[in-house]
Amino acid sequence: MSESLVSMKNVSYSYETTKALIDINFEIKKGAFIGLVGPNGGGKTTLIKLLLGLAKNQKGSIELFGTKINKFKDWNKIGFVSQKANSFNKGFPATVYEVVSMGLTAKVGYFKFLSKADRRQIETAVNQVGMLDYLHQNIGDLSGGQQQRVFIARSLVSNPELLILDEPTVGVDTENVRKFYDLLHNLNEKQNISLLLVTHDTGTMTHHATDIVCLNKTLHFHGKPTEFTNLSDRELSNIYGHPLNVVTHNH
Amino acid sequence: MIENLFEYEFLRNTFFTGLLVGIIAPLLGTFIVVRRLSLIADALSHVTLAGIAFGLLLEKKYTIGFLTPFYTGMGFSVIGSIFIEKLRSVYKAYQELAIPIILSGGVGLSVIFISLANGFNTDLYNYLFGSVSAVSRNDLYSILAISIVVIVILTLFYKELFTLSFDEEHAVVTGIHAKRIHFLFILLTALVIAASIRIVGVLLVSALMTLPVAASIRIAKGFKQTIILSIIFGEISVIIGLVSGYYLEIPPGGTIVLTSILILLLVIAFKRLHVSYAEKKVIQ
Ligand SMILES: Nc1ncnc2c1ncn2[C@@H]1O[C@H](COP(=O)(O)OP(=O)(O)O)[C@@H](O)[C@H]1O
Ligand SMILES: [Mg+2]
Repeated sequence: MSESLVSMKNVSYSYETTKALIDINFEIKKGAFIGLVGPNGGGKTTLIKLLLGLAKNQKGSIELFGTKINKFKDWNKIGFVSQKANSFNKGFPATVYEVVSMGLTAKVGYFKFLSKADRRQIETAVNQVGMLDYLHQNIGDLSGGQQQRVFIARSLVSNPELLILDEPTVGVDTENVRKFYDLLHNLNEKQNISLLLVTHDTGTMTHHATDIVCLNKTLHFHGKPTEFTNLSDRELSNIYGHPLNVVTHNH
Repeated sequence: MIENLFEYEFLRNTFFTGLLVGIIAPLLGTFIVVRRLSLIADALSHVTLAGIAFGLLLEKKYTIGFLTPFYTGMGFSVIGSIFIEKLRSVYKAYQELAIPIILSGGVGLSVIFISLANGFNTDLYNYLFGSVSAVSRNDLYSILAISIVVIVILTLFYKELFTLSFDEEHAVVTGIHAKRIHFLFILLTALVIAASIRIVGVLLVSALMTLPVAASIRIAKGFKQTIILSIIFGEISVIIGLVSGYYLEIPPGGTIVLTSILILLLVIAFKRLHVSYAEKKVIQ
């Protein structure tokens, strides 16, 4: 039985007027590559915010690496690439190196400076995402896909065991989306980083993920990719509230 | 001025103060600009004016030696900065509302204190536009102390401030204490404004914090380079501004800011030329 990185039991969450999550039971095991899908407004980002402590747990229990979330301290074990990562201030004068170095800020801690080893670690992370040629370029001068890679490097630099990505391929062209999945695949297989990926590329993702979770306020499906592709159209449109064809959904 | 510099102590005080302010204003200004807080500096400088007016009033009515306008100005600035942070957390969705509230509050208080002290005088004029002759040795020492504090704290918290400025959500997720760092930052801003006012004056202090940054951000690669270039531009502006202000008998606030604007225009023109040259090369 592999270690449980995330475990949610009977978790519900409401914003002032909307119920976003209802009675969610959900687990991420070490080594998993989970594709989280569902309609817009289905609560995917909310679920991630809860896991990251960005939204306060209202009901149910959340454990991270076997520790209750309110006692959890090892935040550098979790890397995060936000849905909003790409909406940063494009005029911000920061190089790729500087952006990736931010991923170490909290790990290095207050009153300490980056060491030589930290600097090497930054270059390694940039290399991992194939952006070493752009190390000293301003982030604002890169393409959307390249920026996305830099943000992944920022999350990788602290050597997380779990990487959470919220719709990272929005605005990235098909060719780069393919490369992007190769990168994720590599991180998962070779470096044993567990992944939670929110995406609408259901077609591409079913080739890479180990589990698919489908969320629309409640968990509608949790299973293997093959089971997901075998869902009938009627079952899918029940979840999404509108028809969706997984196999040809290939952007 | 250069030869008089060694002769007159007040010129020496002014010159050294100018050099210090030329470092700390653009240094902190870089963080202010990238966080889109330029107007907060303006709001705080007007609160500082209220503090200065209060100090001038005290000086006139009572003789309290240690409460000089410089210190009351600094005190008001710090209190104003705390209010701004509070207002920003009350109006989460309208954070810029804190600015007009604090700014108008500052001006309102200033008007009251000034009229209680029976109107304008040269002192106040110097505080509004800066002065080459108003810096006492005590002021210089205070500003030196402030500069050291600002530089040490910014060096110690550089990576946290930088990380927070770029992406607050990500910084918080990784475990950085956003609130405390914000607070520290706004306190530093208040101190730098109080220190800079002696040289550039209330009305133009935010210019010295933002114009050198506006120029350097056009051509720098990365954040560190932006800071270094901003400081260089800031120093050039202060030196040219002080010397020309002295000879032309104009308050240095005006000449310093106009020099900054000139640098900014030159940088923009340079960048234009550079870009169109590069484009030509590509076409050929
Ligand atoms: N900050 C917020 N305040 C109020 N309601 C919100 C907020 N964020 C999301 N919601 C609501 O919660 C529901 C789930 O949103 P979200 O988690 O962003 O969905 P998804 O990421 O799957 O598109 C939606 O109905 C949305 O309108
Ligand atoms: Mg979302």
